[in-house]
Amino acid sequence: MSAFVESVKVLFGAAPARPDKSKFSEETKAMHATKKFDPERIQAIHDELAEAKKLPQKWRRRRWATLIVINLLFVFSYWLDISVLEGALTASRFVGFHMADLNSALQVMLAYKVIVLNLVIGTITVFIMWWLLGGRTFCSWVCPYHLVAEWAESLHLYLVDKGWAKDHPFDRRTRTWFWFIFVILALVTGYTVYETISPTGILSRALIYGPGLALIWVALLLLFEIFYSRRAWCRYGCPIGLTYGLVGAISPFKVQYHLVDCLHEGECRKVCMVPHVLDTVIKGKANNLDVDIGADCTRCGRCVEVCPTESLTFTFKGIGDKL
Amino acid sequence: MTKSQKPRLSRKQKERRQLLRSLFYTAGITGVALLGYLPVVGQWAKRLRPPGALVEKEFLSSCIKCGQCVQVCPVEAIKLADIEEGFGIGSPYIDARKQACDFSCDGLQCVLACPTGSLTHDIDYPAQTNMGVARLDKPKICLAMLGQGFKGKTRSDESAGKKYKGILRFEEISRWDPVLLADQEFDVEICDLCVRLCPIEIRANQCDAGKPPGGDQSQCPPRAIKLVEYENDGVKGMKPEILDGCVGCGVCEMVCPTNEPAIVIDINEDRGIGKNEWKPDASMIKAVKELGKGEGS
Repeated sequence: MSAFVESVKVLFGAAPARPDKSKFSEETKAMHATKKFDPERIQAIHDELAEAKKLPQKWRRRRWATLIVINLLFVFSYWLDISVLEGALTASRFVGFHMADLNSALQVMLAYKVIVLNLVIGTITVFIMWWLLGGRTFCSWVCPYHLVAEWAESLHLYLVDKGWAKDHPFDRRTRTWFWFIFVILALVTGYTVYETISPTGILSRALIYGPGLALIWVALLLLFEIFYSRRAWCRYGCPIGLTYGLVGAISPFKVQYHLVDCLHEGECRKVCMVPHVLDTVIKGKANNLDVDIGADCTRCGRCVEVCPTESLTFTFKGIGDKL
Repeated sequence: MTKSQKPRLSRKQKERRQLLRSLFYTAGITGVALLGYLPVVGQWAKRLRPPGALVEKEFLSSCIKCGQCVQVCPVEAIKLADIEEGFGIGSPYIDARKQACDFSCDGLQCVLACPTGSLTHDIDYPAQTNMGVARLDKPKICLAMLGQGFKGKTRSDESAGKKYKGILRFEEISRWDPVLLADQEFDVEICDLCVRLCPIEIRANQCDAGKPPGGDQSQCPPRAIKLVEYENDGVKGMKPEILDGCVGCGVCEMVCPTNEPAIVIDINEDRGIGKNEWKPDASMIKAVKELGKGEGS
């Protein structure tokens, strides 16, 4: 239970708590105490990483392919009239079944204050789907803005490397403020205010129905991320991410950390979009032999693929880590 | 260490800067989002909404901006608003002069497609919609008012070589195969395109001929528009008169052959549930059903 509370606290923007070492299980304590590193092995890993130059891309390729296929399915359902996935990311019908984006549905329910059955069906369907798939999985595997932001991030990191730009991090609670601000605005004004600036909705509609002026707003966000603050929207802004994060908090599908294999190299934290969820991999912090990664994790699999010792794996609770 | 180097910030100073930055970020993004209220409150663009749209305020609240209505429309009359319409971003509208709703689909597909009830599911028939009402905006250029006929193709005047792309489902044509308006030849002594192509009038005519659309008498609407005799300064003409049955679909505005449409739609933003007076007449439905039985036997 405390792990759940901690996971939600971090999701809302709290700094990861210092683990209480007295409460660690005996075997965990023993593992932390007796963990010995084999310098030869570490050297070998470093050599291998240096030689490979490029980090492994297995999950990233799968993820980009999935994201592109899903968005193209929306596009072609309309263009070619194949009626598989009609609508846009805010709401759609998958072979006739209603689907509604949880955040868009929330905005509409709060603004309109009348809930029709189709919207309830669509919302529940999507809730169950993302509960099974991990919540913020939506972000990294479906959201078109995530993909362009990932490219913008590479550019940002390149500029930082050259010394031409500097990352200005924000307080992670900012996203929680946004979430409440847009909930209150919808409730009070009676308009779905967030949709006006939602880069997810704008991009999805632009892909399906053709580009418009709204893309300028998306471009501005990307420029802001490239030159000023790394992944500023996904990390500190997007209320959709928080909504799906809440679903992810209770999801059985997680990334799991295995203390036994870990050499505390920190490769995972370098590539993670939300590195605060990987606080537990720091030496001495894991409170168990196997630790579930928190709700804010987007299940993108970057840490899973870059870890040289396979200390991070996808897990479906109840089925074990057969993935 | 040289003096030109920036003094190192303490951790507390750094945190304070970060918090300030975050507050600016929050205020900035929220501010941009709230700018979206201006086009709405200022009514920068009054839009003709698809059939069944709720009262404008509720329509904008309830629309989830998914465009499913766009996708099912057989004549592609529905477009989505861009960001310059603020909170209305992604909401559907119809530009009648470009492509009006001609009720090709009969069953109000857009209404059925709407997942949030923004287009109310309480209506079943074209004649129950209440998008607006037609108005003779420029009587001085109306061909019928001038007593003139019309021969040829309407809207062929479209600027410089660009063919007009608007489509209509004419009688006896499958709903999924509407044809180009610009390909249709007309030859009428007095221009009556707004009457003869009116989807409500077409249905009413079918009913009068004993063949209601889909054999369903409940689709028989009250009349929407007719031409009445009119005389002004010795010029004898006909005047398009708008009747109670007009729902504001915009076909008359679309087909009007003058450069600027002589007849236009006044958008009805107070439309909505309960605003539609017309109800299918039960006695008529019964009568036609019996008639149908008689023919069948």
